[in-house]
Amino acid sequence: MIPARLTYNIYKPCACKNKKALQVITMDKKEEILKLLEGDARLTAAEIAKAVGLSEEEVDKAIAELEKSGVIRKYKTVINWEKLGREKVAALIDVKITPEREHGYDAIAERIMRFPEVKNLYLVSGMYDLSVLVEGNTMKEVATFVAEKLAPLPQVTSTTTHFILKKYKEDGDMLYDGEELRRLAVSP
Amino acid sequence: MMRDKIARRVTQVPPSGIRKFFDLVANVEGVISLGVGEPDFITPWHIREACIYSLERGYTMYTSNYGLPELREEIALATRRDYRIDYSPENEVLVTVGVSEAFDLAIRALVNPGEEVLIPEPSYVAYKPCTIFAGGIPVSVPTRAEDEFKLLPEQLEAKVTPRSKVLVLNYPNNPTGATMSKRDLEAIADVVVEHDLVVISDEIYDKLTYEGKHVPFAALNGMRERCIYLNGFSKSYAMTGWRIGYALGEAEVIEAMMKIHQYAMLCAPIMSQKAALEALRRGNSAVEEMRQEYNRRRRLIVKRLREAGLECFEPKGAFYVFPSIASTGMSSEEFAERLLREEKVAVVPGNAFGEGGEGHVRMAYAASLRDINEAMSRLERFLSR
Ligand SMILES: Cc1ncc(COP(=O)(O)O)c(C=O)c1O
Repeated sequence: MIPARLTYNIYKPCACKNKKALQVITMDKKEEILKLLEGDARLTAAEIAKAVGLSEEEVDKAIAELEKSGVIRKYKTVINWEKLGREKVAALIDVKITPEREHGYDAIAERIMRFPEVKNLYLVSGMYDLSVLVEGNTMKEVATFVAEKLAPLPQVTSTTTHFILKKYKEDGDMLYDGEELRRLAVSP
Repeated sequence: MMRDKIARRVTQVPPSGIRKFFDLVANVEGVISLGVGEPDFITPWHIREACIYSLERGYTMYTSNYGLPELREEIALATRRDYRIDYSPENEVLVTVGVSEAFDLAIRALVNPGEEVLIPEPSYVAYKPCTIFAGGIPVSVPTRAEDEFKLLPEQLEAKVTPRSKVLVLNYPNNPTGATMSKRDLEAIADVVVEHDLVVISDEIYDKLTYEGKHVPFAALNGMRERCIYLNGFSKSYAMTGWRIGYALGEAEVIEAMMKIHQYAMLCAPIMSQKAALEALRRGNSAVEEMRQEYNRRRRLIVKRLREAGLECFEPKGAFYVFPSIASTGMSSEEFAERLLREEKVAVVPGNAFGEGGEGHVRMAYAASLRDINEAMSRLERFLSR
């Protein structure tokens, strides 16, 4: 993964000389910082500072705190691999499980999530128990993973594999290029 | 052949300064435009979806001249809830084709030939021409940067004559971003009463304020009966293209406006009325989200303008800043043209908003943080030449 520009702030806080007492940063300001970063993780501390009305040092400090407390988990890039011609194959797999005494679903879930092929893993209500998103380079790779790793697990009673044919929206981002909308360049 | 046949009422109005600048911008590639007077957001999906649904159901007919009863009901409800002003959905609410039409109707319903309309300046570009088209006489009332572009009672008083009839208010203001507090407005209300004026209050930016709560002029003691209160959906809900707004006032004046509206317009488009209904019922959180985003942009642009060395009063509403460019020695048109040619940033020269706007330019921060940042870097480069 490409580290986002903002990770710079973790190790190298801004070089401002002015070390006047930093204000306590309110929850509202922190939320504003998070919203900005959620939209664009590459904004610099200087840019964020101006938009939320804090000093650069204060933004650095707030981000460091948010990182430390785990509110900010990491900085990711949303990529449309298809556009690059590097198409990956993904499948959603419904998995039925016999829960274990004492551990319920957690032990088996922990086992499954350690496979790097597994991108998402959820315990769900309804007709089956675990929803597993598996990604591979080819259909065969995914099928092999299911047949050789997932299905043979003793707690797994059945699997149903749905290959993903087209991605429309991922992590809140629409993955298609609509036509560009243009406003009048100058209006009253 | 038709050239000589055009009515004087029309020919006497000079072409729009905005229009002129638009033509200039259209010829330049790669422009970042801060000249746009509309949100850069697309109408929230649930509102668009409600309109699509209404079309699927077959809502394609005329509505009552006043507008859909359920929409008038909802407008009255929202006005009562937000501002504690009561209007009867029966006959005190008129749904119009944007605040633009509502303003035109209000002026036409009130002004006899030769009567004067007081317009604080710098002002939104439509007020003067509409007044002239209606046979009225526009009278500019100056507002100044050092007063944060608030309208002061003594400035207003100085322009009142025996022919004065209407005062136009527009707070939060386009182009300055100025707002008026309750106390500021009360001082104006005193002048209004003393000279028996009526007020057309265009409060289309009411939901976009960043400090203090918006106070409608009609909410002041005794002002409901002296005021036509205009509001709409274009700015707060990002619905400019839907062309929908409304007027609130006492039954007699709303009926007079409706009389013009029923012959000139018949009714506002039903699909837009359906969308507006959805906006009022479920659009509040989207409005708040957009407001917060504008606020971040506002802080950024004011800060960067000041860092760049332009004097700039901090706007408390709408999505405009109106910095002074006096320090550059250029006229507002020269500044805007050169900034466009040399750095490809479009802003609107202040004189497009009346002579009182000279020495300033209007920048709209209805643009992404990234674009604002880039535009400000270009501006800095421009100013340091
Ligand atoms: C102050 C003011 N009034 C009215 C309008 C027009 O609004 P509408 O789209 O509702 O006609 C605008 C739009 O720029 C405006 O700035």
